[in-house]
Amino acid sequence: MSSDRTVAGVSPARTARPLNLADLTNVMRAAAAAGEVVGVIGGGSKINQGAAPTGLDVLISTASMNRILEHAAGDLVITVQAGAPLADVQRHVASAGQWLALDPPEVGATAGGIVAAAASGPRRLRYGTPRDLLIGLTVVLVDGTVAKSGGKVVKNVAGYDLGKLFTGSFGTLGVIAECTFRLHPLAPARRVVTVATDEPAVAAQRVYASGAVPTAMEWDGATMTAVFESIESAATQQAADVVAVLASTGGEVGEVTDTVPAGFGARPWRPSGYGLKLTHRIGALTEVLAVVRDTLPEAELRAHVGSGVTWLGAAYVETEVIEVLRTALAAYDGGVVVVEAPVELKKQIDVWGPARGIDVMRRIKDQFDPEHRMSPGRFVGGI
Amino acid sequence: MALRTYECDGLASYRCTPGVVVLAKTTDDVAYVVSRCAERGIPFVARGSGTGLSGGALPREDGVLIVLSRMNRIVDLAVPDERAVVGPGVINAHLTTAVASDGYYYAPDPSSQQICSIGGNIAENSGGAHCLKYGFTAHHVTGLQVVMPGGSVERFGGLAPDPVGYDVVGALVGSEGTLAVVTEATVRLSRSPQAVQTLLAAFDSIEAAGAAVSAIIAAGVLPAAIEMMDALAIEAAEAAVAPDYPAGAGAVLIVELDGPTCEVEANLADVERLCRQARAYEIRVASNDAERAVIWKGRKSAFAAVGRISPDYIVQDGVIPRTALAQVLAAVEEVATAAGVRVANVFHAGDGNLHPLVLFDESKGETERAETVSNRIIDLCLEHGGSITGEHGVGHDKKLHMGKMFNEIDLDVMQLVRCAFDPDGICNPGKIFPTPRLCGERPGRRSGVHPLQEAGVADVF
Repeated sequence: MSSDRTVAGVSPARTARPLNLADLTNVMRAAAAAGEVVGVIGGGSKINQGAAPTGLDVLISTASMNRILEHAAGDLVITVQAGAPLADVQRHVASAGQWLALDPPEVGATAGGIVAAAASGPRRLRYGTPRDLLIGLTVVLVDGTVAKSGGKVVKNVAGYDLGKLFTGSFGTLGVIAECTFRLHPLAPARRVVTVATDEPAVAAQRVYASGAVPTAMEWDGATMTAVFESIESAATQQAADVVAVLASTGGEVGEVTDTVPAGFGARPWRPSGYGLKLTHRIGALTEVLAVVRDTLPEAELRAHVGSGVTWLGAAYVETEVIEVLRTALAAYDGGVVVVEAPVELKKQIDVWGPARGIDVMRRIKDQFDPEHRMSPGRFVGGI
Repeated sequence: MALRTYECDGLASYRCTPGVVVLAKTTDDVAYVVSRCAERGIPFVARGSGTGLSGGALPREDGVLIVLSRMNRIVDLAVPDERAVVGPGVINAHLTTAVASDGYYYAPDPSSQQICSIGGNIAENSGGAHCLKYGFTAHHVTGLQVVMPGGSVERFGGLAPDPVGYDVVGALVGSEGTLAVVTEATVRLSRSPQAVQTLLAAFDSIEAAGAAVSAIIAAGVLPAAIEMMDALAIEAAEAAVAPDYPAGAGAVLIVELDGPTCEVEANLADVERLCRQARAYEIRVASNDAERAVIWKGRKSAFAAVGRISPDYIVQDGVIPRTALAQVLAAVEEVATAAGVRVANVFHAGDGNLHPLVLFDESKGETERAETVSNRIIDLCLEHGGSITGEHGVGHDKKLHMGKMFNEIDLDVMQLVRCAFDPDGICNPGKIFPTPRLCGERPGRRSGVHPLQEAGVADVF
């Protein structure tokens, strides 16, 4: 693999590219024997997210563990190796009229990376996030132990759900080796409604009032895009109903199309800029947008309307502004995560903000990784 | 206070009189009791309404039973945020009642929803008929306040999505009360669908009904619920509540569709067509809520109803890949016939969750054979890549099956989670994981009428 791979700006002393689960186990055992600090990389699309690790001896790439292991089409379930790119998974299951209902925007993302970063996209409104679709998991712990939890059936309550703990754990509990997901049928038709608005929360209420069930509602700072994916007649009817409601309230409604607009679901930041993820009560979107406009008028905004997640991009954000936003968002039960920032600055700021229940999280970390050799420092509270 | 009131949960075959029962009213009450327990190393067990079917709330003679049913206040209805904050003792159905006029409902709907508590649902990660489309309790809990086994009060998650850090809420839901005591929960409220349609289809055989289910799923339709009952389960339901299902059916399917009216109507037409192609000989569509209730009545009463056709029975809960349905049912039939006992089948067919009811007569000495068949059914589920429990939990009842589904290493790794929360092993010990047997232990079955049924407060579903 290329030697220029870094984790939030930190370069590894060496890299490893295991070919399969047994190989990965050996790599982990060798690292354990040498007392090495381990990081993990999938497609690398989110490798700069999180805080800079405090050490990195060996960076394990899952690039060669990219196979689809089992697609039980009739059961709407798929098991893949962690390094399988989402795009490959989608192509594979699309041939059976199915999809894995995750649509994070990062290009090149792998199944394991999406789970490790809990990455989501616009259709989380209807289908949820990785935690909601992951039904089984195989992990390799820091000492080389291979463990599985969950299973290959959607409905299953046997034992603790390690999948939940590993989802969004950013490589700090172990290495995700294999994932089993629930799949959904691909909708045969899509209709897309756009409306110009600076009050997306109000527009969303109108969409809901029509009785329609959108799979996504995205606001890009000027326009809200509502997506309806269903059978042909129902997608068409819902779009028509929504257009009627929006038009009757004076909204500037675009032509109904069957494709989402360019840049749909994209994050509002550029490579060298700052990107923040704001979370908040779903009903507080209007207030949150007002806070941001007051605090950082030049910021570009995008919102997963109806989900309580708003993304902010800016060329530069002062550290104090991040704290001001955190204080403000706390009033809406939310927080601010610095997703994108120049790596040298990441070492100086608290990327995650305060985590509720951090003491218990530390205890979980201590159980799974007592020597703190898995991506140390990358996660909340220095975990 | 009669301690024996609390000697069992919904699985009455395991009984144990608790050392002490505490009826907690506040989080502080719970924290006080747990702290005292922690100081002295005394085990404690949390209990909600006591409707669990795996003995998860089975008390201990040497321990404290913390009853949370009085913590039944809806703390906050944050409808614009699509959230409610509730005490653990709030009855599942009461939350839906509280938000119905706003056009919302609480989606998880275990059949015991008129009596079971949300705290208990969280412990077991309860499902229900409609989880095919809307998911289980784990998908609907976004925040928890808990008392840790050491006595401290902690909060995880809340009203906003994606809290930073590990998904502790996700780990706690379904942990069967072994990690902490939930004293407050933040849950999702879902928008009531514009339309609901319920269809009943009768088939000559389970195979034909199973083919209809596969056809519906293959057509890309995602119903809110697909339930199936076989001839014996239908016979029991008719004897108990007379839902008047089509005569002579080898199996009936109940399919419920919900969503925008335009989608529901189109899907309903598809489902009707697919059922007919799978040779359904009678199809009924409920034209109003009353007719819908009648269709559901037979299904929802099925567990209790078998009491009408058999003196004793075991309720089993296993999961298989849906596509293995016909194969597994044939194998179950073979096992039952060889053992000389009858098995009535009721299941959430859409997600492969089987609830076989093993019928027997203890007075005729059939107990052991019935238990063998019940255990064999779980083995069949595992042989087909399924699970030992889809929604009732492992609890006390199934901990010995855990070693068949997971190896020792898997269980050791789960133990890491346990140790992070409960290093002294005082929080509902002896559940989920295979350990030395406890007091009053007998294999899982039920004899006669359940005490809660007798008292008229609950039905067994």
